[in-house]
Amino acid sequence: MLWLLFFLVTVIRAELCQPDAENAFKVRLSIRTALGDKAYVWDTNEEYLFRAMVAFSMRKVPNRETTEISHVLLCNVTQRVSFWFVVTDPSKNHTLPANEVQSAIRMNRNRINNVFFLNDQTLEFLKIPSTLAPPMDPSVPIWIIIFGVIFCIVIVATTLLILSGIRQRRRENKGSSEVDDIEDKLENMDTITNSTRCDSLDMKGGHINDVFMTEDERLTPL
Amino acid sequence: MAQALGLGLLVDEGEDKRPHWDNRLQYLLSCVGFAVGLGNIWRFPYLCQTYGGGAFLIPYLIALVFEGIPLFHIELAIGQRLRRGSIGVWTAISPYLGGVGLGCFTVSFLVSLYYNTVLVWVLWYFLNSFQQPLPWGTCPPNLNRTGICRQPAHSHRGGSVAGLVEECQGSGTVSYFWYRRTLNITADIGDSGAVQWRLLLCQAASWALVYLCVSRGIETTGKAIYFTALFPYLVLTIFLVRGLTLPGATEGLIYLFTPNVQILLNPRVWLDAATQIFFSLSLAFGGHIAFASYNPPRNNCRRDAVIIALVNSATSLYASITIFAIMGFKAINDHGQCLDRCGTSGPGLAFIVFTEAVLHMPGAPVWAVLFFGMLFSLGLSSMFGNMEGVITPLLDMGVLPRWVPKEVLTGLACLVCFLSATCFTLQSGSYWLEVFDNFAASLNLVTFALLEVVGVTYVYGMERFCADVEWMTGRRPSLYWRVSWRVVSPLLLLGILLSYIVLLALKSPSYKAWNPQYVGPACTEGWGHCNSRGGWQGRGPTRGRSCLLVEAWQLETGLLQGLWPPGSSIPGGQSQLHIPKTLGGGRPGKWGPQGFLVVSASLRT
Repeated sequence: MLWLLFFLVTVIRAELCQPDAENAFKVRLSIRTALGDKAYVWDTNEEYLFRAMVAFSMRKVPNRETTEISHVLLCNVTQRVSFWFVVTDPSKNHTLPANEVQSAIRMNRNRINNVFFLNDQTLEFLKIPSTLAPPMDPSVPIWIIIFGVIFCIVIVATTLLILSGIRQRRRENKGSSEVDDIEDKLENMDTITNSTRCDSLDMKGGHINDVFMTEDERLTPL
Repeated sequence: MAQALGLGLLVDEGEDKRPHWDNRLQYLLSCVGFAVGLGNIWRFPYLCQTYGGGAFLIPYLIALVFEGIPLFHIELAIGQRLRRGSIGVWTAISPYLGGVGLGCFTVSFLVSLYYNTVLVWVLWYFLNSFQQPLPWGTCPPNLNRTGICRQPAHSHRGGSVAGLVEECQGSGTVSYFWYRRTLNITADIGDSGAVQWRLLLCQAASWALVYLCVSRGIETTGKAIYFTALFPYLVLTIFLVRGLTLPGATEGLIYLFTPNVQILLNPRVWLDAATQIFFSLSLAFGGHIAFASYNPPRNNCRRDAVIIALVNSATSLYASITIFAIMGFKAINDHGQCLDRCGTSGPGLAFIVFTEAVLHMPGAPVWAVLFFGMLFSLGLSSMFGNMEGVITPLLDMGVLPRWVPKEVLTGLACLVCFLSATCFTLQSGSYWLEVFDNFAASLNLVTFALLEVVGVTYVYGMERFCADVEWMTGRRPSLYWRVSWRVVSPLLLLGILLSYIVLLALKSPSYKAWNPQYVGPACTEGWGHCNSRGGWQGRGPTRGRSCLLVEAWQLETGLLQGLWPPGSSIPGGQSQLHIPKTLGGGRPGKWGPQGFLVVSASLRT
């Protein structure tokens, strides 16, 4: 009789946990991707731990504090490590609603991940999307910082350029007043000497005799 | 001899206190920088791909030889000979032609305004590129931060979509960043909205930088041009090397250069080639005249013209190879969305398509910084030419008394431009930019160029001009030059002008607007393949969801182009907006098929 009951229970349990059963979730682990050489082997003990974590998550839900590890059923475990699980109620007759399980898992996702040294991408609960962390919002947007730097550089450079221009003009004014004195002296010299000043030999009104110009002079060197 | 002809026109050389270039390299780099602009990056590759790949080079080269180089030579020659800015040159040739100079000056001013606005957008993206992850890669959470977030658009995993800003989910992260976080665009040109303070700050920085570089005229631009003209080539080379190592690059290049010789029968191709050469060389702005006027009088301007024009075209080709290598990579990455859906030009290429491509590359912020830095320096070197086209005539006309330093004049010019251009930082600013680009520049420039060539050839006199060129360069212009100036170039320009007028007359003025409520046509949910021209097969099926994204994206990339001539179909796109008949009128929300504006001008320089 006992074995009949046992058989019945296993059959019921088997029916409760099946791929695509109602309220069943598929889990996929990528241990080697996450840990590489340090990957551990997925065996029944790890499965036990998983069931314990799921039970722990369910116990945190109000009204479900009495969930036991035996209420969590695993099935269809594959080599690549994926399996389906359901959580049954204490009477083991029907499974708990999917949204309860979903919210419980989501609340404790971080702890489940950490137990297995995995993250949201390598320990996937299909149909339970993970909550993404909110985007980092720096207090001062980065573009303002860069803008401030560039703008300050431009302002400083412009100021330096203008100042140097003013200084150059002041030097020119001083220089030109000196040159005027020298020119007066030179003009006086002209009346004394016979030499001609070079700058009177300019091209003003003169004809340029191209015969004496070489090829190079027509083109400005680089 | 030249003196007998030119005595009345030449500035007295002995008293000439005109500034001059430090060396010939500065002059060449300045002209190259002015000619090579944003259009070389985002207009030429698109044209090459649309008009049959390698076959497009034939009309392009023909236009270069018979229109681009002769016109360019004229500009450099008269600038160098008459040694004045555009207004002075034309007044000197004939008092009745002074209007041409004034027109060139005005067009340069208007173009400076909105060209710098594009630089402002580039600067905004540049400033936002210094972070990981890049801000246009993710949707911001909505105000409630409720629910769970969706994975990025190119991920396989679907998920719940609550919690993110709805407009972002509908259009895609990159478009959202462009339309909402950058422009904060309204749905209608009549709805101006508020001034965007972020863009205003960037505009202040941009104009400050322009002022820094042009404050003393060519003395300062000559130093700045070493960097701004050469840096883009460095970055293009880096991108080329990187792009060729990415998967999908060869597909992109094959797609670009597959020749389709049949397409040459379409007169549209020839028109586009001619206009592209014309705007690409930045003719009729007065900038080249201004640059050449600072040359020593005996400089071989013919050789300069040929060199600069060839460098400009070579840069276009080089850029198109780079761009399409990256586009091939992007197409492979987007689950095999076909290359012709990525075929786009104008700001849509830079701010939407390329930014999305950059997202997929490892080390994305570095590439984004490089790319937008390159765009900025390209645009800046073109701005120098524009500003010289404005400042040199003002200096020559003696608007301010002689004792006022040049820095004050340039500062006032930059200030006036900055204040006028604040209208482009409004929420409807990009619509205004499109209007300016389409109507303020294109028709005018072609008209001025036609008047230029006719004025020089027939008013100034071909014989006189040839003698001047002989005096400057040492050799008389050959038959090719004389025939081009007398017959070929004027006819080509007349043809372009008439085509423009006809195309403008056929379509009522319109613009394309961004409608946040737009829902694309029902895409097939599930999976489908797409085929593209040229035999490039989609690598994988397209998702239903990304189909919607592509539709919305196709819409908005059309927005900032206005570059498709009416009657041609957008490669790969189906949905087109119906634009309200009058600017500022109509009701957004009534959409249907519609043709587009005539080709715009300066965003292709």
